[in-house]
Amino acid sequence: MLSRLAVLSLIAVTLGACAPGSGSVGERPTDRPAGEVRTDPATMGKVTLTVWDQEVRGGQEKQISALNDAFQRKYPNITIKRVARSFDDLRSTVKLGLTGAEAPDVVQVNNGKQDMGSFVKAGLLQPLDGYATAHKWTERMPESVLRLAKYPDSGAVLGEGKLYGVPQTGELVGLFYNKEKLARLGIQPPTTWEDFDKALAAAKRAGELPIQFGNLEKSSGNYLFSLAMHRYGKAEEETRLATGRDGVSWNTEANKQAARLLLSWADNGYFPQGYAGIKSDDSWAAFARGEGLFHISGTWLTADIQAAMGDKVGFQLPPGQTVTGGTGLPFAVSGRSKNPDAAAAYIDFISNADAMKVLADNGNLPATEADKQAATGLTKDVFTAWQTASRSTQLVPYLDYATVTAYDTVTGAIEQLLAKRHTVDQFLTVLQDDLDKGRGGR
Amino acid sequence: MAVAEPRRVGYLYILPALLVYGLFLLFPLLHSGWISLFSWDGLTVGTFVGLDNYAALAADVGFLAAFGHVAVLLVFFAVLPVSIGLVLATALSRTRIRGMAFFRTALFLPQVVAMVVVAIAWQRIFAPDGALNDLLRLVGLDGLVTAWLGESGTALIAVGLVGTWVQTGLAVVLFLGGIGKISGELFDAVRLDGGGVVREFRTVVLPALRAEIGVALTLTVIAALRTFDLVYVMTPQGGPGGSTTVPSYEIYHRAFHSGQVGSAAAIGITLTALAFLITFGITKVTGRDR
Repeated sequence: MLSRLAVLSLIAVTLGACAPGSGSVGERPTDRPAGEVRTDPATMGKVTLTVWDQEVRGGQEKQISALNDAFQRKYPNITIKRVARSFDDLRSTVKLGLTGAEAPDVVQVNNGKQDMGSFVKAGLLQPLDGYATAHKWTERMPESVLRLAKYPDSGAVLGEGKLYGVPQTGELVGLFYNKEKLARLGIQPPTTWEDFDKALAAAKRAGELPIQFGNLEKSSGNYLFSLAMHRYGKAEEETRLATGRDGVSWNTEANKQAARLLLSWADNGYFPQGYAGIKSDDSWAAFARGEGLFHISGTWLTADIQAAMGDKVGFQLPPGQTVTGGTGLPFAVSGRSKNPDAAAAYIDFISNADAMKVLADNGNLPATEADKQAATGLTKDVFTAWQTASRSTQLVPYLDYATVTAYDTVTGAIEQLLAKRHTVDQFLTVLQDDLDKGRGGR
Repeated sequence: MAVAEPRRVGYLYILPALLVYGLFLLFPLLHSGWISLFSWDGLTVGTFVGLDNYAALAADVGFLAAFGHVAVLLVFFAVLPVSIGLVLATALSRTRIRGMAFFRTALFLPQVVAMVVVAIAWQRIFAPDGALNDLLRLVGLDGLVTAWLGESGTALIAVGLVGTWVQTGLAVVLFLGGIGKISGELFDAVRLDGGGVVREFRTVVLPALRAEIGVALTLTVIAALRTFDLVYVMTPQGGPGGSTTVPSYEIYHRAFHSGQVGSAAAIGITLTALAFLITFGITKVTGRDR
């Protein structure tokens, strides 16, 4: 029996006995010149496209289904095989998918260095610059949007090098405010930081909760700290920091002030009690119930908050107009796709002007042409804010693009800062260490 | 005696099971062991580094913290449930209660419910405006009110208590079964000698339950070592200040998010070895060598 086991083990080891990953790495896909790209799917013959997306929530599911149906009707020669997964599931499986024998043709890839960056480095994604010219994506999408899907071959720095994906939607992290409460306090939506300070203090004096906040998942702390950074930092510097460019440093006077501002909000009792243990979903739900003057979060909540609050809620960019934001997950083409032309044509179809209308009609924030959509109330506020921000130079990416570990480090450090377990200096040192380590290492 | 079948034929009987076991358990295990010898991001070709991944773990703060946390969880998942289970089972067996079957089922129920459901329910209970804090305020202990899952000092204990809640039912049911098998004469003998509850517990119940304690400890210790769903759902991102990271969480995180597949495999192998050693020890101590 034992010897049998030994034989079996030997076989097993021999089966696996090549370096992991050696079966999955092929040649780096090269960009196609725009002149060679076929753009009309009708002429591409019978093709099956496998598409992995994470458009599974309410309005997302509606828009992608509608667009897929429209695509199929227009181009019956192309069959779309859709694989829908939640964001977390997609993130966890996309690596296996892209390296597997039956890689999807089109896949939504998270912009971060640990996702898109590492896939580019491994040569798993098709560069799309030729396609961008052929399909006129560069004319359609502002550079501030497209650069969030650009990487050099090394995968090291977001925002440089070749284009690897096209997003459908935009995202902004701004101020949701309760219109009724603002009116009762006799104040206008704040356009300067001083007004914002006054609004918070006035709410506190009136016994209202100034900022609705729940940080159990630690993601919301990130939004608040980014907001504080916008007050003291310059958009350009913040972008360089967020994407981990050479020579940037966390240890600046502006960042110290931002950290102190965040702490002062906590010390002044501007957050709900026990915010460290409140789930972010529970916190926006509480805001929608009327608990809190402001809620700092992303535009992905627009449909839900509007449904709950109707016309009692507004959205605005942070005072000073510098704003954290980005795009929904870009759609990328697998380097192993046998039909990259069809894949790119599909991406074009779901991100063109007609698609933007479908997106908007289903409650999503379209990446382009937001100003041309019919919208009212909160949705209109959000569309207007995006139209301004995406065309300006004040759209700053999320803080987690600098290193592969940045998301954990940044969110964790902010949580520890708020818990008074890090001083301001320690906090910035932790962030700086991650940046230094990330640059030297992987 | 009938002519025995040749020994080789015997292997044929276990072949189907062995094939399945080999394919889905042994092969993945060995393959993980193999991957643990590489520095691999899951995408590009890995480079062979020998035992470096294991050596690096010895100085890895995150890994050591995770094992420290799991040591705390062992108390909550194994030691407490077995202790409480012993007391409860003894008490339950001494008194005749109407609806015993109901209580037994109710105690066992947490075992049946999916862990994710358990985690979400308890997350509500531990929430700042949740049932636990409400209860504390009701009895005037306002000073103890806190964001249980949001504080570095309390998050791990909160998760541990849920583990105790889940595992105690299992221990009670196992022990009740064991006590039921004890001959009544033994209890009578203790009473004739003038022994009380404590003596009865020490001289009759405890020795008779040795095997059951072994089983309960093995099951609960393994549950503690592989805890993932509870911490993953209740305290996202490893909890406040990383205070609830456990080895399984580290494996998941390294393999799927931070691109350290070799290191993840090394932790997996270490964890497997540890689980094997501990359960081996438990079986040795509580085993059949009476």
